[in-house]
Amino acid sequence: MASVTGVSVADELPGPDGRGPLSGDNAGTGRLGDKAFAAAAKGSGALVIGLVTLVGVFLLWQAIPAIADDKVNFLTSREWSVSDSDNLRFGIVELLWTTVAASTIAMLIAVPVGVAVALFITQYSPRWLSRPAASIIDLLAAVPSIVYGLWGLKTFTPWFDPFQIWLSDHLGWIPLFSRTGTSGTILLIGVVLSIMILPIVTALSREVFAQTPVTHMEGALALGATKWEMIRTAVLPFGRPGVISAAMLALGRALGETIAVTIIVSTLPQGSKWTWSLLNGGETFASRIANNAGEFDSPAKTGAFIAAGLVLFVLTFIVNAIARIVIERRKAFTE
Amino acid sequence: MAKRIDVSDLNVYYGAFKAVEGVTMTVEPRSVTAFIGPSGCGKSTFLRTLNRMHEVIPGGRVEGKVMLDDQDLYASNVDPVAVRRTVGMVFQRPNPFPTMSIYDNVAAGLRLNGVKGKKKLDEVVEKSLNGANLWNEVKDRLSKPGAGLSGGQQQRLCIARAIAVEPQVLLMDEPCSALDPISTLAIEDLISELKSKYTIVIVTHNMQQAARVSDQTAFFNLAATGKPGKLVEVDHTQKIFNNPGVKATEDYISGRFG
Ligand SMILES: Nc1ncnc2c1ncn2[C@@H]1O[C@H](COP(=O)(O)OP(=O)(O)OP(=O)(O)O)[C@@H](O)[C@H]1O
Ligand SMILES: [Mg+2]
Repeated sequence: MASVTGVSVADELPGPDGRGPLSGDNAGTGRLGDKAFAAAAKGSGALVIGLVTLVGVFLLWQAIPAIADDKVNFLTSREWSVSDSDNLRFGIVELLWTTVAASTIAMLIAVPVGVAVALFITQYSPRWLSRPAASIIDLLAAVPSIVYGLWGLKTFTPWFDPFQIWLSDHLGWIPLFSRTGTSGTILLIGVVLSIMILPIVTALSREVFAQTPVTHMEGALALGATKWEMIRTAVLPFGRPGVISAAMLALGRALGETIAVTIIVSTLPQGSKWTWSLLNGGETFASRIANNAGEFDSPAKTGAFIAAGLVLFVLTFIVNAIARIVIERRKAFTE
Repeated sequence: MAKRIDVSDLNVYYGAFKAVEGVTMTVEPRSVTAFIGPSGCGKSTFLRTLNRMHEVIPGGRVEGKVMLDDQDLYASNVDPVAVRRTVGMVFQRPNPFPTMSIYDNVAAGLRLNGVKGKKKLDEVVEKSLNGANLWNEVKDRLSKPGAGLSGGQQQRLCIARAIAVEPQVLLMDEPCSALDPISTLAIEDLISELKSKYTIVIVTHNMQQAARVSDQTAFFNLAATGKPGKLVEVDHTQKIFNNPGVKATEDYISGRFG
């Protein structure tokens, strides 16, 4: 093994303008290979942007007429009756609440746990353990969501229900935990979703943490940092953009997850009372669409569901944009 | 403040591989000691045992004794973290924390020690940057990333970071090997200044540098590849360069090596 003592990060450090190495305007040589590759890369980039734009245009195209025909406020109404094409009444506020609440719970659990597991695997575990541990977590990602749905419904619900009852008994005075009597709740799906997205957070965080340059870690240790202080000074700041990207990917999955939500969460009857309770059932954008897939028989009806899909699309888009801004803002200070 | 280092019969291992064998030497307080020797002879390895940084390498361990004044560095009740706060280190390639500003880089060690007060931090940051001859160059951009400085400035930033916690010994592993002659001179001047407060040990491949900055020079050599490195001789720099006791030293210094 070569000497560890001559490793360096200087090569990865950004230039004065904060850009990484080799990203100057004239980094290409103008040779055929360079040009072909640049064209291929640009082409792929354009393709992706084109696809996203097309999806957006499709959603808008289909949704706008339906929203225009909506007899109630699309953003604030809780109603959803689309069977009469001349009297469309649909609003998304309840879907938005359920989707956001369930995903938030999932993130609150999965991000800290995922980061902790990634830190354990890259920094603390003995070498013989880190590989198997990483593989097992990765395996969680290979489980199809239908299996999570069935497991959540058959195995996890009975096990989790006593905890929910306990919660409503003791913390029921907080609106979030008021009793409703359902067991297929937002809280439950939040927990199941957190397990589903855990491998995404863990795998990506592990990847960035493992790349922390040894020189940064040694720099911290040589200042008299303990292991945990070294992680806080060198590993976490280095991995931060990666962790944020990981969290956003995971959130995207949680927001859009359909089948597990459809199976696990109890739908609410039309006209039931609004509550802020997490111990209540509900429908997310995705599960509302899936639950009603049989009804897409007229353009007007379909348009209502597509409008719901559009909101989900915009929501995911906003979340990603925020993440990018957060990462960009500190760019001069990373890598 | 500065302390004496006393090493006796030190062996250093990486797992089963013995990298350095049988080192015995003394480093006087407020002096500069230079380690010279061919690549792979264990200079860095030995240097790192002086603040227990070898322990962060898997399999790294020592046999023998290192005394810092009357404290045994390897006594069972000694915390390596505490050792590293007393014995600071500067690495071959400048390694400022890239996510931190210039200010935060210098303050990092203090913050680890629990110092919070802004006034105290400001004071130490200025003093350390002054101590590293960097203050005038960076005083107007303390909040800019440390990684945006030139290599020589980064290395002086790392020195400032190391002296901010007021160590008693400063170890430098080829601190100028990535720098141009002007920055090198700046660092050499700095070493001569720091000598009045710290015990300094520096590894270098540059014979002139060893001759210029050090009071004492230690020559390490390798009997053969795969064999452990050994301390061949250690003496006043004058003596090593003008009248070495061992032929191998003379050959190495004059470039007639191998
Ligand atoms: N992490 C490590 N694991 C195993 N062996 C190592 C490790 N680091 C260094 N060694 C070995 O220890 C011996 C001494 O290496 P060291 O880096 O101390 O040499 P050096 O004198 O500092 O060389 P240079 O002048 O090139 O920096 C070499 O044989 C090297 O291969
Ligand atoms: Mg070395």
